[in-house]
Amino acid sequence: MDTFLQQIINGLTLGSVYALVALGYTMVYGIIGLINFAHGEVVMIGAMVSLSVITALLGAHVQLPSVLIILAGLIVAVLVCMTLAYGMEKIAYRPLRKAPRLAPLITAIGMSIILQNLALMIWGRNYLTFPTLIEPTPHNILGASMTDLQMLIVALAGLLMAGLVFIVQRTRLGMAMRATAQNPQVAGLMGIDINVVISAAFVIGAALAAVAGLMVMTYYGIAHYYMGFLLGLKAFTAAVLGGIGNLAGAMLGGILLGIIEALGAGYIGDVSNICGFPLLGDTLQEKCAANDGQLSLFGSNYQDVFAFFVLILVLIFRPSGLLGERVADRA
Amino acid sequence: MNRPRAKSIPPKVWAGVVLLALALALLPFVAAFAGQAWVRILNFAMLYIMLALGLNIVVGFAGLLDLGYIAFYAVGAYIYALLASPHFGIHLPFWVILPLSAGIACAFGVLLGAPTLKLRGDYLAIVTLGFGEIIRIFLNNLNAPLNITNGPQGVNLIDPFRIGSFSFARPEVVLGVAFSGPQKYYYLLLLITIGVVVVNLRLQNSRLGRAWEAIREDEIAAKAMGINTRNVKLLAFAMGASFGGIAGAVFSATQQFVSPESFGLFESIIVLAMVVLGGMGNIPGVILGAILLTLLPEVLRYTMEPLQNVLFGRVILDAETIRLLVFGVALVAIMLYRPAGLWPSAVRKRELEVKGGTA
Amino acid sequence: MSVNSSVLLAATSIGKRFGGVQALTDVSFSIERGEIYGLIGPNGAGKTSLFNVLTGIYSPDSGNFTFDGAPLDRLKPNQVAERGIARTFQNIRLFQNLSALENVMIGRHIRTHAGVFGAIFRDRRTLAEEAAIESRSYELLDYVGVANRANHLAKHLAYGDQRRLEIARALATEPKLLALDEPAAGMNATETKALKALLDDIRRDGTTILLIEHDMKLVMSICDRVLVLDYGKKIAEGSAAEVQRDPKVVAAYLGGEVTLNLRRA
Repeated sequence: MDTFLQQIINGLTLGSVYALVALGYTMVYGIIGLINFAHGEVVMIGAMVSLSVITALLGAHVQLPSVLIILAGLIVAVLVCMTLAYGMEKIAYRPLRKAPRLAPLITAIGMSIILQNLALMIWGRNYLTFPTLIEPTPHNILGASMTDLQMLIVALAGLLMAGLVFIVQRTRLGMAMRATAQNPQVAGLMGIDINVVISAAFVIGAALAAVAGLMVMTYYGIAHYYMGFLLGLKAFTAAVLGGIGNLAGAMLGGILLGIIEALGAGYIGDVSNICGFPLLGDTLQEKCAANDGQLSLFGSNYQDVFAFFVLILVLIFRPSGLLGERVADRA
Repeated sequence: MNRPRAKSIPPKVWAGVVLLALALALLPFVAAFAGQAWVRILNFAMLYIMLALGLNIVVGFAGLLDLGYIAFYAVGAYIYALLASPHFGIHLPFWVILPLSAGIACAFGVLLGAPTLKLRGDYLAIVTLGFGEIIRIFLNNLNAPLNITNGPQGVNLIDPFRIGSFSFARPEVVLGVAFSGPQKYYYLLLLITIGVVVVNLRLQNSRLGRAWEAIREDEIAAKAMGINTRNVKLLAFAMGASFGGIAGAVFSATQQFVSPESFGLFESIIVLAMVVLGGMGNIPGVILGAILLTLLPEVLRYTMEPLQNVLFGRVILDAETIRLLVFGVALVAIMLYRPAGLWPSAVRKRELEVKGGTA
Repeated sequence: MSVNSSVLLAATSIGKRFGGVQALTDVSFSIERGEIYGLIGPNGAGKTSLFNVLTGIYSPDSGNFTFDGAPLDRLKPNQVAERGIARTFQNIRLFQNLSALENVMIGRHIRTHAGVFGAIFRDRRTLAEEAAIESRSYELLDYVGVANRANHLAKHLAYGDQRRLEIARALATEPKLLALDEPAAGMNATETKALKALLDDIRRDGTTILLIEHDMKLVMSICDRVLVLDYGKKIAEGSAAEVQRDPKVVAAYLGGEVTLNLRRA
């Protein structure tokens, strides 16, 4: 079983991906108060598109170093996802900006279904494998191992997050976004084009999502038309955990959730091991003996449940999240 | 008073009711001409009507968005499956298990609702979605170390509905007329569905129904008028869950097999789509929505596949994928163009009739 | 415990802060049974905040209320309504997509009892209760003068009718104290006169009224006593005539030392 440090490293890697996706959710929710259900699907599309480009390039035996092939896939995926997000916002969300809250939520669900099934139609029902272009070499860190890939993911995610913070804090667009997030009406009165700001939030989020999609696909080696749903849900949990609308919160929440999941999946077997209990019946005692004293009520197959429990607990006990939420004032 | 109090029903309406009753009674035989599969489809339509009406209480009457409603269906179905099958060797009769299913589903509804109903709309949606997924994951994994749910394989050989030795699963001849299994189930389901519809209508036109509508319209004003919004919302959740549980038990007895696959997020969304399509809060509309969306995949299957064969020589997109795609597009389109649903709601009808009459 | 039974509502040193704004400071007053008590003050004086604290939407940071002999501590809005304080809102909060009749019927909720079983089984007692709710609601619609609009949706009613409907709905809860937040806002002289007549009727029929208003003519003509707030503090309390002459009040409204001839009243 992996050591504590190993779990942390794994959690950090996964958490970085969650953080990137969570940023997309948090930006959109912070400005227009919409849970963009379809965001997970954008991640999936990013993965699928980059996979197609990479396999196409490989199939055509293009003589380029692997890094450039992956980069090409990434760039195309980012562009496709940005266009997709822009289109979704304009067609499905913008007309419903004044509608009661239920309406855009249902539309978002509809968009999510549409995207999943479009992906199903284009890429089929089967799991697609990602060709190993670069062999991940593990490095030894204090007894645990961290591969090149894991380091790359964490580093790249960190870089992107820094870039986003720069945009938000140091550019005019970023200032416009912060103003709109605080009070859209007044921002509009001050001459900010709200539509541009909102589109920007969607588009930037989509770009990050595309990168996250590629990361997930390289990390797990597979892609599938349904992969976006669970990932999206967990990333949203991360955003809520950190404080919805709060960029730092999304980053913190993402990493924290990744670590919680890794630790949870790693230790749940031990924690729920019932062989230590004195009142076991005969059949169970036999099973314990046969199984090295290990009979867990819950195994790592319950991993996905952690995110949900975290979500429910956060919303019940601290709905504003760890770092506090930042949602626009509503009249 | 200027409102008609007459409770006597005009003869025209009586004639309509009798005709409808006749049509409903003969429907399974008409459907059987096209094949027993169509009778089963009718049965599923009625299960979905029950589900949609249950969700309608939560979403339509009280205005609470529940994206994990199918969990209550699952609970009801599994309670029946575990208490009336070889799995544990228990074989309780249907009418004993039905209230149990309803009650336990209701308890889950209260358990979920108590801490979460104070959350704002979109958060409640996500939490209920999470709850639905948690239930599905547990159902899928509670087969080790103790085998409770039999995991992904599900539970089969569930007892069919029986009256004495008269089982509903076999074809039989009664009074010279041959009834197939599905046809017998049709009448059972019809009876239960009518009961569910009547209960829903009564709930809507009651002090409780008005309290739900008040909360949906303006929660702050509702509180100011003394309504204990927390308890009333919880009641909506509990009632919706109970109906889900009832539908689940009936599903189990009809299908005689359950597995976690039937209880995923998509099923929750399909039921939600039925409510939205029919017009939230509008009982006849929701019934229509449920019927339309149950028949849709079948219609698609019978038209799209032959059509593609004619046009392209083969089937490119199977009916299942098209069905889901159509669902997605329908959800978006309804919200954009007809957010009140296909059927003008009773509220709107009242508005129209007042305008036409004396002002 | 000696209870002054002629006092319906007593407020002692109410204080409330919202972030950096001290909305209310040390506000004390008392309302006698059967009177019409006015609450006036310039915009931003804290009138609606006082209403919100009274009706349980916020809890006061300091001070307390005593209503009908019992304290009103930490009650939620629905509990306050149950105790007998019903309110209307500055911005009209009717149930827009329900009919006028249904709005008032919802007002009857806390004085009636039918629950799930009554709804489903429609036993005799429930049916009788429903009939009583409906007929009482019609009476109230008639009382405020919108009976001919009973089946119209609330959002389609004329503005003045909407204000009166809101009063009918509040009356349906059988309040001891009716708290009205600017009921005459937006009304013309004729409508205001009709409102005055309605308020007189309500008082005559035994309900005490607390009234926030800007229409000074209405306030002076109908209020027995008046409380004046400015910047969250009480600057005067007394009969309408006394308060009108109080130089502090005049200064608060007109912003300075001015002697004014307020003869028309």
